[in-house]
Amino acid sequence: MMDFAYWLPIVWAVILVAAITIYVILDGFDLGIGMLFALERNQGRRDVMVNTIAPVWDGNETWMVLGGAVLYGVFPGAYATLLPAFYLPIVLMLLALIFRGVSFEFRIMTRGTAREALWEVGFMAGSGIAAFSQGVILGGVIQGIAVTNGEFTGGALDWLTPFSVLCGLAVMCGYALLGATWLVWRTTGVLEASCRKWAAWLAIGLFAGIVAVSLWTPLLHAPYLRRWTDWPNILFVAPVPVLVVVLGALLAMGLRRGHSRVPFLCALGWFFLCLSGLGITVWPYAVPPSLTLWDVSSPPSSQFFQLVGTAILLPIILTYTIYSYRVFRGKVTEADGYH
Amino acid sequence: MQTAPDLALLLARFQFAFTVGVHIIFPAFSIGLAAYLAVLEGLWLKTGRQVFLDLYRYWIKAFSIVFSMGVVSGLVMSYEFGTNWSVFSKKAGPITGVLLSYEVMTAFFLEAGFLGVMLFGMNKVGRGLHFAATCCVSVGTLISMTWILASNSWMQTPRGYTIDPATGRFMPDDWLAIIFNPSFPFRLVHMGLAAFLSVAFVVGATGAWHLLKARRVGATAREPVRVMFSMAMWMAAIVAPLQILAGDAHGLNTLKYQPVKIAAMEGDWETEGRASELLFGIPNMKTERTDYAVKVPLLGSLILTHSLDGKVPGMKDFPRDQRPPSPVIFFSFRIMVALAMLMALVGFWSLWLRRKGALFTSPFFHRVAVCMAPAGFIALLCGWVTTEVGRQPWTVYGLLRTSESVSPIVLSSMAVTMTAFVVVYVIVFGSGLVILLRLLGRAPEEGEHNASPAHAADVLATHTHPGIAGPIPGEGA
Ligand code: HDD
Ligand code: HEM
Ligand code: HEM
Repeated sequence: MMDFAYWLPIVWAVILVAAITIYVILDGFDLGIGMLFALERNQGRRDVMVNTIAPVWDGNETWMVLGGAVLYGVFPGAYATLLPAFYLPIVLMLLALIFRGVSFEFRIMTRGTAREALWEVGFMAGSGIAAFSQGVILGGVIQGIAVTNGEFTGGALDWLTPFSVLCGLAVMCGYALLGATWLVWRTTGVLEASCRKWAAWLAIGLFAGIVAVSLWTPLLHAPYLRRWTDWPNILFVAPVPVLVVVLGALLAMGLRRGHSRVPFLCALGWFFLCLSGLGITVWPYAVPPSLTLWDVSSPPSSQFFQLVGTAILLPIILTYTIYSYRVFRGKVTEADGYH
Repeated sequence: MQTAPDLALLLARFQFAFTVGVHIIFPAFSIGLAAYLAVLEGLWLKTGRQVFLDLYRYWIKAFSIVFSMGVVSGLVMSYEFGTNWSVFSKKAGPITGVLLSYEVMTAFFLEAGFLGVMLFGMNKVGRGLHFAATCCVSVGTLISMTWILASNSWMQTPRGYTIDPATGRFMPDDWLAIIFNPSFPFRLVHMGLAAFLSVAFVVGATGAWHLLKARRVGATAREPVRVMFSMAMWMAAIVAPLQILAGDAHGLNTLKYQPVKIAAMEGDWETEGRASELLFGIPNMKTERTDYAVKVPLLGSLILTHSLDGKVPGMKDFPRDQRPPSPVIFFSFRIMVALAMLMALVGFWSLWLRRKGALFTSPFFHRVAVCMAPAGFIALLCGWVTTEVGRQPWTVYGLLRTSESVSPIVLSSMAVTMTAFVVVYVIVFGSGLVILLRLLGRAPEEGEHNASPAHAADVLATHTHPGIAGPIPGEGA
């Protein structure tokens, strides 16, 4: 038996990756819908788009709060180096999320006044900028940050590279795809038809993004390349590209044949594959290329106390979250009112 | 001369204070309003009276706005510990981060999970379930307050930890001691009452406004208006005096654990028995005296020790580099206390009017009630300034200095984000305030309907008084 101090960080890394994955998927389609405002000008249909997520977006965003809090409590060393390193994109993301979050209410409450346009744009731009910032931060983490003695020692703009910008654009594209396929599932008529068209283009864009990021990543650090090609890792890595292509084909078919749920599930599959690929790449670093999970962990007494609560609370949270999704299930139409 | 790191520290502090100061307004509003909504819905289910449903539907619109502003401003806070106070987070994260995680898992998810049902589910789930959802949201706000105050109180009166000599980190030993640290119960009660009181005065002011408006056109106000005004005044009459008792107890507790904070709040420099209380003065940190002092003999000992000759501490007992900036908290504390007295006065006045049967027919009283709308929030902010500035120069009291907690962020980045925060907050929360005032400027109706997009325009356009909700200058048509 290995000791606590070895296993707890691993368990927590798995929980953290799960929380981030859930966040990315759930808030991904919220943010995607915000970006799709750019393509849909009709007010009635915009209301339908918003109404498909209005009852659940706050819960979706809470997964991000959980991610931050877990990092803070369980991996404080990572929280304390990553956040200063990505100070500017994080603040940008937070400010964008402020606009996105209040626009749900504000655009309705200012309806018919000149200020309504501000909140329509706020919703759209807020979603887009938040998605872009998240992608940039993700890219920045993969490419690594400068750390000495456990403290961030790089410059304020170190994160800004062609690679991180590529990741930002790919995430925007991916979220928009999630949003479009979500709407295919949850809406009808003209809106559904437009979303099928958009989803096809977005899928092509995301596919290109995935290919580009995958080819670029192993070039960033030698260890990344070795992690992918070493035996037996290659056994896990090799099927990933195959699965990506299979899912892509299913997605295209689902869109064309009029399936309502298949496209969304395929898009989810893509995200799942990408995030696990990244997990494998970065493992066991919490802050590449220098700090491992164990370097940044809080003491076992903290991690254990928090694990007990999580083991009890997370299932409860999942239960009532699923319940609240079920209350609002089914296709949303223009006849469905607000509060 | 201030060096760049000094300025960066100052900006980091100012940024944190600004964002958390804005945030705290909305949670306090949500805590009070969610409880009020739960009470209204409960009364409606119990009595079946339409007026309670009308009020519920009226206030839930305000709640949805306030809550969304609370969520987005809170999201900022949960990342700001790391962005602005990275050294603090690395050292204290094993304790405060865990408490924050528990807050997320026990409170934020609960609120968010049932908020959707509460706002949109009236026609989708049964009445009982809907009431349960409202209660879950309300309980969620209270749980949230509990955890964050445990965390803040631990920073004020740390317990249950050991410091790791190698890394300087705070290692948790005893979680019960950490959570139930000495200042926590006092802070929890005081903050909870503050939230209820703040909302009572907003609801009261809204009621009073509509009473005045009805009177001007010679009508009697509708039932929902009278009911909300009356409920709010009951709250004021009961909670304001309780808050004064709670504040007194809180102060005594602080005297025990942070005597220098009390000395700075009181502007006292020398330790004395039979101390007097300063009503006014300007504490001077350089000359170590309080200028222009207006004193009441013996009152200082009486308030702080509940006896005439009790000893009251002075700042000179503490080294210069451990004294908080007295001028700030001397005034913030006095504003808070003065507002508490005013609120209690309004509460008693309402009782007296009620006995005379004149609660709804006394325009002067209604005008006063309208003016008192922001009183609770101002007192609450002053309270937090007293608490937090009074903790200086420490983040973890007596153990970790603020100057040693800060992130390695360069001044230029700090300056850029500070500007961005101010601009965005003014636009977003300023607009939120205008929207809120417009909503509340419209009287609740009998058979109050839901705010559907189709209705939104007329909900906002009609019955709006120009004095309270004209278009903001430079914006709108
Ligand atoms: C409506 C709001 C409100 C009102 C009417 C009062 N307070 Fe208060 N006060 C707060 C809202 C508040 C607060 C925002 O809730 C604070 C900040 C942190 C805390 O624990 O409570 C606070 C802090 C605070 C502290 C600082 C404690 C510390 O830092 O250790 C003291 C000594 C008092 N209060 C005392 C009083 C007294 C004697 C009052 C009345 C006579 C009073 N407060 C009215
Ligand atoms: C919500 C109401 C709050 C208000 C209005 C408030 C206000 C302030 C103010 C004015 C400062 C700056 C003090 C100074 O620089 O002189 C500050 C600092 C700080 N506060 Fe609070 N605070 C609040 C709640 C909290 C809570 C709940 C926590 C912790 C959980 C917290 C943690 C901190 C930290 C870490 C700092 C930075 C270090 C410092 O300057 O003391 N605050 N806050
Ligand atoms: C500086 C420390 C603080 C942090 C990091 C913080 C964090 C947050 C976050 C992330 C949210 C959004 C939750 C959601 O997504 O639903 C939130 C909301 C909330 N916070 Fe804070 N908060 C702080 C201070 C406080 C204080 C001092 C209180 C009360 C005493 C408080 C009480 C609440 C409540 C009741 C809510 C939910 C209601 C609402 O959103 O308006 N918070 N907070």
